[in-house]
Parts: sequence; C-alpha cells; structure tokens
Amino acid sequence: MSGTALDPKTAPTFQIAAKTMLGDTQLRKNVRHATDVIQAKRARVVGEMPDWQELREAGKQIRQHTMEHLDYYLQEFEANCTRAGGVVHWAKDAEEARRIIVGLVKASRSDEVIKIKSMTTEEIQLNSALEAAGIHPFETDLAELIIQLGQDRPSHIVVPALHKNRQQIREIFQREMNLPELGEKPQDLADAARMFLREKFLRVKTGVSGANFLIAETGGVCVVESEGNGRMCLTLPETLITVAGIDKVLPRFEDLEVMLQLLPRSATGERMNPYNSIWTGVDASDGPKAFHVVLMDNARTSILADAEGRQTLNCIRCAACQNACPVYRQTGGHAYGSVYAGPIGAILTPQLQEMHHSQSLPYASSLCGACYEVCPVKINIPEVLIHLRNKVVLQNTAGVAGLFDVEAGAMKAMAMIFRSERRFRAAQRLGRVAESPLVKKDGWIGWLPGMLGGWTQVRDLQEMPKETFRDWWEKRGKNGR
Amino acid sequence: MAGEMSSREEILRRVRAATGGVSTAEAAQAGWGAVPRRYKREGVLERELVLELLEDRLRDYDATVVRTEREDVARSVAGRLSERGKKRMVVPAGLMGEWLPQGFEFVVDEGLSSMELNGFDGVVTGATVAIAETGTVVVQNIAGQGRRAVTLVPDYHLCLVRVADVVETVPEAMDRLRATAGLATTFVSGPSATADIEMTRIKGVHGPRYLDVILIS
Repeated sequence: MSGTALDPKTAPTFQIAAKTMLGDTQLRKNVRHATDVIQAKRARVVGEMPDWQELREAGKQIRQHTMEHLDYYLQEFEANCTRAGGVVHWAKDAEEARRIIVGLVKASRSDEVIKIKSMTTEEIQLNSALEAAGIHPFETDLAELIIQLGQDRPSHIVVPALHKNRQQIREIFQREMNLPELGEKPQDLADAARMFLREKFLRVKTGVSGANFLIAETGGVCVVESEGNGRMCLTLPETLITVAGIDKVLPRFEDLEVMLQLLPRSATGERMNPYNSIWTGVDASDGPKAFHVVLMDNARTSILADAEGRQTLNCIRCAACQNACPVYRQTGGHAYGSVYAGPIGAILTPQLQEMHHSQSLPYASSLCGACYEVCPVKINIPEVLIHLRNKVVLQNTAGVAGLFDVEAGAMKAMAMIFRSERRFRAAQRLGRVAESPLVKKDGWIGWLPGMLGGWTQVRDLQEMPKETFRDWWEKRGKNGR
Repeated sequence: MAGEMSSREEILRRVRAATGGVSTAEAAQAGWGAVPRRYKREGVLERELVLELLEDRLRDYDATVVRTEREDVARSVAGRLSERGKKRMVVPAGLMGEWLPQGFEFVVDEGLSSMELNGFDGVVTGATVAIAETGTVVVQNIAGQGRRAVTLVPDYHLCLVRVADVVETVPEAMDRLRATAGLATTFVSGPSATADIEMTRIKGVHGPRYLDVILIS
C-alpha cells in the first residue's frame, strides 16, 4: 500500500482497513508506545496550569466567534497582508489551490521547493501535483522526511511517522541517504536528517508552508514547530508560498496568548515548542522577497453551513484527540483512509468530502468521550459523530434505496413493535422461544445467524431473562405485596 | 469568463450564506469583546521567583543559563564562548558594543549570505522579552537582534536578556509585543528539537543545537 496517497475517495471502509491494521502487531506496538509517552507528557504540563479550563473556554469562544464573523476576518486579513506586501490568492477547492501553487512555483523559476510539514498540503495532495509539473518537493520535517523517503503515508496530524520505530526509521535512512553505517540512536537519526537537508535549505529558492494561524488584525502568519526546518523554509528562500484553510484565521494578535498556551501543551506535551515564527507580508531586510498566501475553502464553507458540524472548524490540529482515542490507539492512522485520522479525522474527513465519501468514519468510535475531554478548544466530537451518523443513515434510507435497506427496515419494524404493548409482549415471548436453540449452558449467546451475526462477531449476547419486569410486576400485584 | 464570480467572491458568498449574512467591523468587535478571558493574564510571583522559574524552564530544555551584573556582561559572554569553544561569531547590527569581549572575532551581519552565515561558530543577540512560565526568549528583527536567518543558521545561539524584559506569563509577553506585532518575530524555547522519533524529545535538528542565555541584572 506504500506510495499511494491517502485518498478518502478511494479508501476502503474503516472497518475493513482497521482489520488489516490490527494484524500489524509492530505498528500497534509503535502507536501504543508513542501515544502513551505523549499522553503522559501532556497530562503533566496541562496539570501544572490551574487555569487550563478557562483557557479552553476562551479558546473555544475565540474560534466560535471567528467562524461567526469569518467573512469579515478573511477580508481584514487579506487587506492587512496585502498592505504589508503579501499577495493573497483564493482557492475554492483543492484543484484550484494546486493550480495556483504550481503556477507560483513555476513563476519563481524553481524546479525544487522546500516544504514545512503541512496537513493542508497533504489534504490537497500537493506533492504529486508538483511532481507532475516537474517540480521536486523536499519534505523537511523529520517525520515527513521519513514518510517521503519511505514512500509511506502520514498516520498522525502532529507526528506523521508515529507508526515507525527507530529501527524502521534507521533502515529507511540507511537505504535512502546511502548511510550504511548509521546508528539507531534517535540522536544519530536527527543528525543524519540535519546533514541531509542543510544543503537544500541553503540552496533551494522557493519554500511552501502551511499556517497555524492567520492574524486578521495584522495580516501576519504564525507557524509553530520544533526542529527549525520551518524557520529555514520561512526565512531563507526568495519566494514563500503559504497555503491555509480559511478556518485558520484568528481575529487579533492578542488571541495568540490563548492559542500559544493551548496548542503546544496539547500537541507535544511541551510548555512551549522550540520555535514559533510570526511574520507579516514582506520585509525588505528579513526573509523572502515574495510572499503569497493561498486561502483555501475546499468544503470548509459547507461545514460552516451545518450548525451542528460547524464546531469541527474550531480545530487547531493538536492531535490530542488522536493520542487519547482507544480506537486510534489500536488501528493507527492509515485505517482512516485520510490524512486526518483519529476522532477529529472521523468528523473532519467525511465533512470535507461533503458526505460523499468516508461515511464509515463516524462509526470509527466508541463514543467514550476521551477526545472531547482533551480537546483544547472543547470540540464536542462525540456529539458531531452522532450528528454525522444521523446524516449517513438519512442518506442510506432516502428515496427508493430506503425500501431495500435492511437496517432501516428492521428499525421501522422495531418502531412498530414499541408502539403497541400487545406487540411488545408478543415480541418478547417470541424472542425467548427463538433464542433458545442458540443459548449456551452459561446463559450467553456466542453466535447469531445471518446479518445479526455482525453483533456476535466481536461480543457475546446474554440470553433474555426468563421473566420480564412486567411479568414480575403483575405477579407482585396479585400477591398484594 | 464574463459574469462569473471570482473565487474570492464565491468563497465570501458561501461564507455569508453559511453564517447568515455580512459581518461588520462593529459586530466583530462586539463579539470579540464578549469572549470570556478568565485565564491568568498577570503574573503572581515575586520578581526573584520569576527569574528562577525562567532559569528552571530553560534548563529543562537543555539550555544553559547564567546570571550576570550589567558591568560584567562582556566577561560572562567570554566565559560562555570559551566554554563552548566558539571563536568566530556573527552579531546583528546594533548589538551593544560593551557586551562583546576582546579575544573573539565578532562580524556584524550586513546582508551575509546563508552560506556565509553557515560558516560561523555561532551568534550573539539580545531579546525583546522572555517568558518565565514557558522558558521562552523572543527575538525580533530590530537592532541588536537582527533578521531571522542570523539566529537560525549558525549552530549556537547566545542570547542576552535584561531581567527587566522577563515576564511571568504568555499574555504578559503578548501585551509587550503588541506594539511591534508587524515585525518578524521568533519565539525560541530551548535549542532546536524534535519529538518525531517515538515521541522522545531529541535535542538538535535544524536550528541551533546549542542555546545559552545570559540574564543581565
């Protein structure tokens, strides 16, 4: 499966993909270990913040407020960025964004670009578009470099190579960087990446980045990172192209005081990540001489239009929900068939596909609520999951298709039974008779026939009680007790 | 095509259709003002404890921190450079001359190429503000701190921070930075690092692998 991009349009359902992943014990071990480490770190640095809940509430409300006034803030950002010498482009969808970026790279007369890790460029599969246009993209984030050299796919929003352990990374580097003697200590691997990329940082004239925040008030852009590869890409090239979803806007510079506390502690469990860069347009004495921002919709406005789904756009891409999710921790990210995996992926991906693909993802959850609890901007992911499940059911049962939908038919029959006491009693009696050949000696049912078998595939069912509550209640009444 | 909306108009139209109309500066301002901000904005610690907190947090990232008096800065800088074995340093224009000791080479950055910057042992700069709670120093494109590449390409960064510029919380720092928000600004919290291999923080990838901070009373 390596080499092919994660594309929700062609991905298998989560249930099928998850089954394959569950068979990969090495991957499960790697994911478990990494998410255990990150969760412990997060818990420690969040625990030392007595005002964490107040920060979360402020974070949520800032994001909510931004979405309510998004047209105003987008225009304010555009005006201020333009005034500072930046060029703002608008892209309705991924195709348009790719076309704009490829055109800008060509105009910069470069056939290479250095790239900062950006989930937005992953979302629009920018690298294949660049390659098709004869432009070589160099991923410079360590994890993205591992993914690119290993012809792999990202499995985590913050740490895309989280599913690989040090031995696997060493093998990739030995092979792809031609370093047969490379050690396997993480420090050796980081040093190898430094050596491999330094020459590219100093040479390549065009950089491509995503953005963590676009500051409407100043027209500035903020990128949060660890390694310094981001700073290299933002600072050294002559041309910088930043692509950002329209949801990345923040009203004022001051709002960073909330986000820069919430994001690092939630994402990597650090009080602050090593580097945050903030720049505004073009500065003759510092950094690129040409700066472009591509503001991309790509279905974000359709999410905005859905009152219940809208909170999905509040996401600041910290991945705390992935680390906390008992489903993600078992399957890893690839099972989600999208660059956005885990709980946030389960709600974001189908909505970015306008519910035409990835309909299995809202079911990739036990609704335990761990994601909601750790979310720094309080996105109620379980609520949105249920909302999307509802949409999927409505889709499946709409029109003629609904007449042939077995689940919908069963639900209708259930509704009919529950509406009548007589029918309900009859169904209970019938159930007790029908189940009797299936009940084992210990009172459990381990196998159900036909389509009902889906239930017993992964769990047992207890037999129905010999006496229902109603029966017991009526008997009690007769005895006068 | 004539009559067809530009992507910009189309996206703004979609946004307005989704949010129920055009938003105005007044409405945005009122809504923004209503966001509750009950988190800690002002520091509560005594001065000395704030400085100790900064030292502790920086050391936690594996940065070295020393304190010095105003008249002893040059001597402290010499001490750090000798200990690190650094000789040829780049400095931004406008860095206080009296902070730089004899016996080392200091080259002022006047548009050095990235390749040239790569040839230095390190860089010495000041800082606009430091945040104790997060162990952060903030550098901006101004005299004494320089353009971003200068504190990025060399492998060693020696940062001089006046204690008057140390604040306790992130909101206090943002408050001080607001007036110069348009300048290229970098928050530096420890040496370059990554957690991309098994989520373990490894020091030193592409940015300076070594960070020393001198706190000037």
